Amino acid sequence: MSAEITHLFVVSGLFAAVLSVIGIYCVLMTFNLIRALIGLEILIKAVTLLIIVAGHVTGHEALAQSLVITLIVIEAVMITVAVGIVLGIHSHTGSLDARNIRNLKG
Amino acid sequence: MQIDIAILLALVSAALWSVMTRSLLRSAIGLAFTSVILTIIMFRMGSPLAAVFELSVCAGLISVLFVSTISLTHPLTAREVLQHMRERLARFWLLPVILIAVGIILCLVTIKPVIPLPPPEPIKDVRVMLWDIRKTDLLGQVIVLLTGVFGVVILFKERVKK
Repeated sequence: MSAEITHLFVVSGLFAAVLSVIGIYCVLMTFNLIRALIGLEILIKAVTLLIIVAGHVTGHEALAQSLVITLIVIEAVMITVAVGIVLGIHSHTGSLDARNIRNLKG
Repeated sequence: MQIDIAILLALVSAALWSVMTRSLLRSAIGLAFTSVILTIIMFRMGSPLAAVFELSVCAGLISVLFVSTISLTHPLTAREVLQHMRERLARFWLLPVILIAVGIILCLVTIKPVIPLPPPEPIKDVRVMLWDIRKTDLLGQVIVLLTGVFGVVILFKERVKK
């Protein structure tokens, strides 16, 4: 493996880690449900980036593409259902604040 | 290589902007930008089909979903916006600091990955890979799609009036 490809893998891994930090921080710190979903999306983007880079580095682009297509389908379905749940919560409580839906808190 | 690093920097900047910006609509647009930049990276790394999927589904469909959801929910009042801004500043000021710290730490740690190279890929065509080799994935996709459809139907089903 050439040094340039290894360097590309390391740099992309670093940026994927930074993206993961952004997503995790957003999910943990926000109380807005839509923004939490956006944080989740950013986390998925980090995973997608890692899969694509790994496929490029190892020369298995076809396998990486098939995995990413599966990931995108799952992501779209997950976001659709989550958005439906968020809209249901909004119609019940009138707000998107996660602090208003602590009815099950023990 | 410099171009790749510049695109990756743009990707992280768009993600950071979508998280840090005050307006939810701008957040959704920032997420779409993130998807577009990721599409460019995918195309440059030899994955054009996945790039098309990312562009049409993530930058298109999911952004439309977010914008529709934001427009279906009522906007905040001026007082709520002010309070929200103060709270957000208190919660999110640490994020750039953490990002810079993580970047510095990861740059200082000398990572020399030994990537075990698998044998060369026998099938280079993604269509053959998806339809012949990874059939189970397709079955899983169908099941997940049906689950999503039924989930949305149940969520939006109107209650039967007594």
